[in-house]
This record gives sequence, C-alpha cells and structure tokens, in this order.
Amino acid sequence: MLNRIWLSFILIGIAAAILGGRAEVVTRAVTEGSQTAVETALGLIGTIAFWMGLMRIAEDAGLILLLARIIRPFVRWLFPEVPANHPALGSILLNMSANLLGLGNAATPLGLKAMAQLQELNEEPDTATNSMCTLLAINTSGITLIPTLVIAARAAAGSKNPAEIVGTTIIATCCSTMAALTVDAFCRHWGRKKPGGWR
Amino acid sequence: MLLKTLEILSEGTVPLLIAGILLVAHWRGVNVFESFIQGAQEGFTTAVRIIPQLVAMFVAIDLLRLSGALDLVTKLLNPLLSLGGVPPDILPLVLTRPLSGSAAFGLTVDLINTHGPDSFIGRLASTMQGSTDTTFYILAVYFGAVGIKKPRHALFAGLMGDLAGFLASLYICQLAFGP
Repeated sequence: MLNRIWLSFILIGIAAAILGGRAEVVTRAVTEGSQTAVETALGLIGTIAFWMGLMRIAEDAGLILLLARIIRPFVRWLFPEVPANHPALGSILLNMSANLLGLGNAATPLGLKAMAQLQELNEEPDTATNSMCTLLAINTSGITLIPTLVIAARAAAGSKNPAEIVGTTIIATCCSTMAALTVDAFCRHWGRKKPGGWR
Repeated sequence: MLLKTLEILSEGTVPLLIAGILLVAHWRGVNVFESFIQGAQEGFTTAVRIIPQLVAMFVAIDLLRLSGALDLVTKLLNPLLSLGGVPPDILPLVLTRPLSGSAAFGLTVDLINTHGPDSFIGRLASTMQGSTDTTFYILAVYFGAVGIKKPRHALFAGLMGDLAGFLASLYICQLAFGP
C-alpha cells in the first residue's frame, strides 16, 4: 500500500510540475526534501539515544514490566494481544503520558521503544500487528493537553488570550483519537485478517 | 488554574522521572551507566535506520507542495466546501496537516498573522494545528524503525482520525467563538 501511495505522490507531483510549466521545482523538491529528512533524523539522534538509554535502565531495573502489570487491566481492551508478562504496555503508557503532557521530544523515543517491543511479538516482521496499528492510531491523532507551539505562535502574534484555544483543542483531539480508535477497531474485526493484510 | 497545574506537571515530570528511574535502578543493583550506553546505542541505530523512510516521505511531500498539486486540489475542493460553511482559507492547512508538520505549522502561523490570532480563522487554525499529529511522518518513523513494510489499516485509521479532528475543530470553534 505504501508502495502505491508513494508512487502516486511522486508521479502526481512531477505531472503537476511539468503541466504547470515549472519542471525545475522537481529538482528543488528532491534536494530540499532529502536534506530536511536527514536533518530531522540527525536532530532526533540525541534525544532518541538519551531516552532509549534511560528506558533501558528502567527496563533492567524491572520498572517497565512492573508498570505494564499495573496498567494491564485498564488497557487490555486496547491491546488484547499483548501477553501479561510483557513490558510493551509499560512503554506504551509512557509514550501516551509523554504525548499528553506535550513532551514531544520524549514521546517519539518512548513510542519507538514500544514499537520495538511489539515487534518482538510479531510473527511476520514485515507486516503490522493489530497492536501496532492501535499504537499508531493513538499517536497520529495527537492526544495532547497543551499545544505549546501553537500557544507560543499566538502569543508572538499579539493575541489577547493565547491559551484560549486549549479547551477547543482538547475536545477536537479527543474526537480525533476516538475516531481513529473506532476505525482501527472496525478494521481489526471486520477487515481481512492478517495474512494478505487489509489494504 | 487547570492550565497552570498542567504546566507545572509537564515541567516537573522530566527531572523527577530521570532521577527516580536512576535511583530505583541503582538501588536494585543495575549498573546504570552500562545499561544507559546499551540503550542509547540502540537508539542511535534506530534514528539512523529511519533516514531512508524519511527521505522517501519528505521528497514525495515536497514534490506535492512545490509542484502546485496541493494548490490544485484546494481549488477543486473549494466550491464544495464553501457550501458546507468551511472558510476557504483553511483548506490548505487541512490538506497539509497529515503530510508535513513543519509546513502545516508554517501555514498556521501565516493564517494567524494574516487574519489575526483572535479572529475566527486564527482560532480555528490554532485548534486544527494542535488537534492532530502528522500521520504520514509518524507512520514513516514508527514503522520504519522496526522494518514494517505492510501497514495494513494503520494509515486509513490515522487519516480518518485527522478528518474527525478537522470536523470537530470546525464545529467546536463555531460553537465557542462564532463565525
């Protein structure tokens, strides 16, 4: 599926550039896009290394597993396939908490750690499991309590009350998360089963 | 009051978490430095492993933006959306939000500056920007890091979440701030 989406993005972009008489933007997109990609990844190396280092300490101390056991009764309905004695739920909880608190720097590494732990349970390593899809649905719908960047931008533009959008944002993000989880649950139960995949 | 509490909470969490984990681990006999280096090593390889996925994704999305393909879609959809009461200026943001976080944030800042932060469009753009995350980026990073090639329904669920977030933002902002 990613194959077809990527192909169509590229072809549509090139076609639009040529038809619009500005074929030169193709080269610009290739240069700028690949540069931003590497800069983004390089910018992440430090924080990912730090948080995964800290997570390893917590794991070796048995803290992640302990956390996973404590929260399992509450989130078992979201991730029914993660067994009781597995630390993945602990990492998932930390990832969700970091998202909620707006700690974007910590949320990504914690989510990647959770992904790696879910991958240990995956029998077909190139295909996403149900739990992975659910974790992704939670992360893409952006559960956050304080949109710090937006508040900063509004303050910079001279807003009388930069934080007045916090309430509307929380309600909207809840709707988004619930919709993503509903679609995810629907696809999980009624979509085609894992071999062959839901495309 | 609630905002202040949340602020204190998010500022205090990180130092407490770091100190707490280190102390408990040390007390339970873990060699914290060794463990940290091992985990950080894993983090380093993860960050490097996602570069190809990010290059593929960022180039494709820059192509869509710079070629004018996104503008074209905006023009085609506009008459349809104005029927439903959607302000036309907001549409580029709606289409960009799932694709690129930085481009969408740029559009939000632009809308805030053009229409004013306390205008209806300024508030709506702020709410939309904060209500969802960048679906394509998250998919590329999270699945790229563990080598997942078949995302199954994850992309569809993410995009439906984005759509719900936009519709909810529109409705709630109309209720809360009025057009």
